Amino acid sequence: MSATPTTRPPSSAAAEAALRKALASTPRPPRASALSAALTFGWRGMLKVKHVPEQLLDVTITPVMFVLMFTYLFGGAIAGSTGEYLDYILPGVLVMSVLFTTVYSGVALNTDVTKGVVDRFRSLPTWRPAPLVGALLGDSVRYLVAGTVITVLGVALGYRPGAGLPGVVAALALVIVFAFGLSWVFTTLGLLMRSPNAVMNAGFMGIFPLTFLSNVFVEPETLPRALEAFVNVNPISILADASRGLMEGNVAGADIAIVLATAAALTAVFAPLTTYLYRTRS
Amino acid sequence: MNQQASLAIEATGLVKSFGETRAVDGVDLAVRRGSVYGVLGPNGAGKTTTVRMLATLLRPDAGTARVLGHDVVKEADAVRGLVSLTGQLASVDEDLTGRENLILIGRLLGLKRSAAKARATELLEAFGIAEAAGKLVKHYSGGMRRRLDIAASIVVTPELMFLDEPTTGLDPRSRNQVWDIIRALVGEGTTVLLCTQYLDEADQLADGIAVIDHGKVIAEGTPGQLKASVGSGALHVRLLDPDQRPEAERLLARELGAVHLEPDPAALSAACSDGERAAEAVAALARSGVGIANFSLDRPSLDEVFLALTGHPAEEQSPEDAAATPEEHAA
Repeated sequence: MSATPTTRPPSSAAAEAALRKALASTPRPPRASALSAALTFGWRGMLKVKHVPEQLLDVTITPVMFVLMFTYLFGGAIAGSTGEYLDYILPGVLVMSVLFTTVYSGVALNTDVTKGVVDRFRSLPTWRPAPLVGALLGDSVRYLVAGTVITVLGVALGYRPGAGLPGVVAALALVIVFAFGLSWVFTTLGLLMRSPNAVMNAGFMGIFPLTFLSNVFVEPETLPRALEAFVNVNPISILADASRGLMEGNVAGADIAIVLATAAALTAVFAPLTTYLYRTRS
Repeated sequence: MNQQASLAIEATGLVKSFGETRAVDGVDLAVRRGSVYGVLGPNGAGKTTTVRMLATLLRPDAGTARVLGHDVVKEADAVRGLVSLTGQLASVDEDLTGRENLILIGRLLGLKRSAAKARATELLEAFGIAEAAGKLVKHYSGGMRRRLDIAASIVVTPELMFLDEPTTGLDPRSRNQVWDIIRALVGEGTTVLLCTQYLDEADQLADGIAVIDHGKVIAEGTPGQLKASVGSGALHVRLLDPDQRPEAERLLARELGAVHLEPDPAALSAACSDGERAAEAVAALARSGVGIANFSLDRPSLDEVFLALTGHPAEEQSPEDAAATPEEHAA
């Protein structure tokens, strides 16, 4: 890390003139539109990735590890061969890694709240939900990165999706839409918990079992009856099924509808809740 | 101009509770346009909560406030369009560079990309942070950070600026720099509401001061009026023998009234404006055989004002005060 830069006070007459000029009244521009404000917050999210690229490791290394580990460690045992299991697990890991990334939306929001920068944003005359919507737009880019890394890895390992590139793109788009809906749950959590770490722990305590109790890794038919029933109605299973279907070219329209409806429902409940908590937090 | 139009802030009976604690307990404020108004009080007095209500960040439980003619609850958005806030903790994004912070605020306020960039450059130079413009704010010194925070508040010149403890934790040099900026800002016509726990800061900058303690305004006036209301300065006496302090305390209390025991076990002071009475008090000590190492009659300071008004010094913080400020600790 670099040393703290030294301060250079405005001392000379020239500096004082510069100060006075900078302080002189500037005309107030027309207000930023809702879209412009949200995009500006999205840009802010991008800048953070630019300054701390390490944070992309979460969305790249972890899924790569999961793909390699599950394919070569359990592939033979679960599906008979690593190649066959790869076909099954790759869309599943895509879903899992993007959904895991949604937890960070809540962590980032909590970090802003803890550090006080939210006060500044809330005191600006902008569209109220702009910081939240903008942050989630920025996060979508991370989902995109995670999705791309997994797909490229899959292809390198021999995965050949039946529906080709358009199928993969469609699957990724569906997963991102669902993740956008799910993110609102974690931003709500982000405003209720005391520290970024607490959000992280609580978030993963929820998302981890939900993901494993889905059909991401194993066919539900092999599970005990009660568990199978749960896994079959778990929206994450349906999302994984829809992604596999889109990638293979045999998707069930009902699956897509359920996924979109779930994302819409999550957004309808948790987006207003997040906005309310954000606006009224003391 | 009528009274209404000439007031930048007009608050009546503001109340805000956090759980059982009444952080703000019926605050009235009237701040003239173009003035610097100091809200002076110790940690936990309710300053930050008051500012957050006026800046539309918190909804009052009771009472009303108009800022630049707009109700802070019903017309919150109009208020936000006219004010800016510099928080107790520098409210800038420490994971971005100084330049990016200013561009971000400019864009959010509606400046076009090129205008936001030009404004950022201008402010960075004027505030002496041009060299660190491309560095992440987390590597800034406290003083630079605070200057950036103020710069972020004037990307578009506000009509009213809330400065919540702008120099808390700064070294004297950085503090003077911030004071210079505030003076220049006021020179350009911006109204400033300055919260501070430093008495000399309010004394230096403010035209009017409200002293606030336990969520209530306990005194109001110009720095001069406040000093006059207490009567004045203080007689400070240092004894040769700390054991004689109780005796000295009794004598000074009889001669002058309220006596304050200093942290130094041999020192004490009493409010006193009149040189003659001070001399008599010192003489009384001498007559009773109390040995005096030295004594002085001080010019009145706001410290004494605070002591006289509240019975405790301004910069002392009792455990109850700490418990009474959930908002300031959460910030």
